[in-house]
Amino acid sequence: MSTRTSVASHVTPIAWRLATVSDVVQETSSVRTLVLDVPGWPGHRAGQHVDVRVTAEDGYQAQRSYSIASAPEDTRLELTIERLDDGEVSPYLTEVLRVGDRLEFRGPIGGYFVWEVTLGGPLLLVGGGSGMVPLMAILRHRAAASRALHKMPARLLYSSRRWEDVIYRDSLARLAQDDKTLEIAFTLTREQPDGWTGFRRRIDRMMLAEVAWPPSERPHVFVCGPTPLVESVASALVELGHDPAHVKTERFGPTGVSR
Amino acid sequence: MNGDLGKDGTQRADDERVGAPARLDGNVAAGMLSEVFVHDFTSARTTSATCGAARSVGALLVYAHGMGMVMRCPSCNSVVMRIAQTPGRLLLDATGARLVTLAAAAPVVA
Repeated sequence: MSTRTSVASHVTPIAWRLATVSDVVQETSSVRTLVLDVPGWPGHRAGQHVDVRVTAEDGYQAQRSYSIASAPEDTRLELTIERLDDGEVSPYLTEVLRVGDRLEFRGPIGGYFVWEVTLGGPLLLVGGGSGMVPLMAILRHRAAASRALHKMPARLLYSSRRWEDVIYRDSLARLAQDDKTLEIAFTLTREQPDGWTGFRRRIDRMMLAEVAWPPSERPHVFVCGPTPLVESVASALVELGHDPAHVKTERFGPTGVSR
Repeated sequence: MNGDLGKDGTQRADDERVGAPARLDGNVAAGMLSEVFVHDFTSARTTSATCGAARSVGALLVYAHGMGMVMRCPSCNSVVMRIAQTPGRLLLDATGARLVTLAAAAPVVA
């Protein structure tokens, strides 16, 4: 009976459903996390996304994809969204939407840019800006699901313009504090605080050679960020000898379908 | 298999015109594809009808337009699939995919 139910859920198109915003967390000046109550949420895998659909009073609809930030083990679903000033959807989600409001979305979606503890490690995560969001889901899943973290050590290289733009600063510090097998390297490309000891340039091949696992370790690599960052990082990793089949990418850009 | 790692850097520069849609990954088409296919189609592999390269759909290069998406082969840059939504219709053109391979579905247990 239960088998049948689970198979049946696979052969139905992913349904649009309504979530209720139960909390809002301001992560940076332009980034907010929406904490959602979703009745009947089927669970997700770290790295997956949802499609959000907003409908104007005249019926005009716009649709965007947003990565899930929470771990599959978390009790609530979290989306972290960056406001794009010329965006059609993100200003609404980051400035207008309030606790108690409804949000229409479908998901979880995607089986490609996904990591599960059963895949093992080591893990190399490279993120730029809000490309950190699915990587955070992966790190949270890793921390929540594994009792043998030393068997899947992880390294994160995270590029932001300035320290104030770093999303999840406190959560990342906590994760790293509790886990000696998680190493985090930041690069701040535009402005650095006094006494900054991290990187201070765009991610390049030399930086990757310094931070990344050697190709002989066969790391699972996930790269997420704006298209130029993702493409330069992926190319550099292959030049360094990493297997393209182990380098998964998710480019950020306008994803909208409007109708 | 990762899509964006071909030796096609020069070829791609043609797509960087001002106003051209951003180049994304097949991952982003998963929602639209779920309206056609019952499986997660981004985990499927397509073989390019032009060059024969087999890639995960999630690793294809996606150009998102107002009404849909064009999915290109990261090896030869030819169009593998196009998917579009019009009022009341969903259109899928897969002439650029010579072969589509999916993991078999779990059998239905009564």
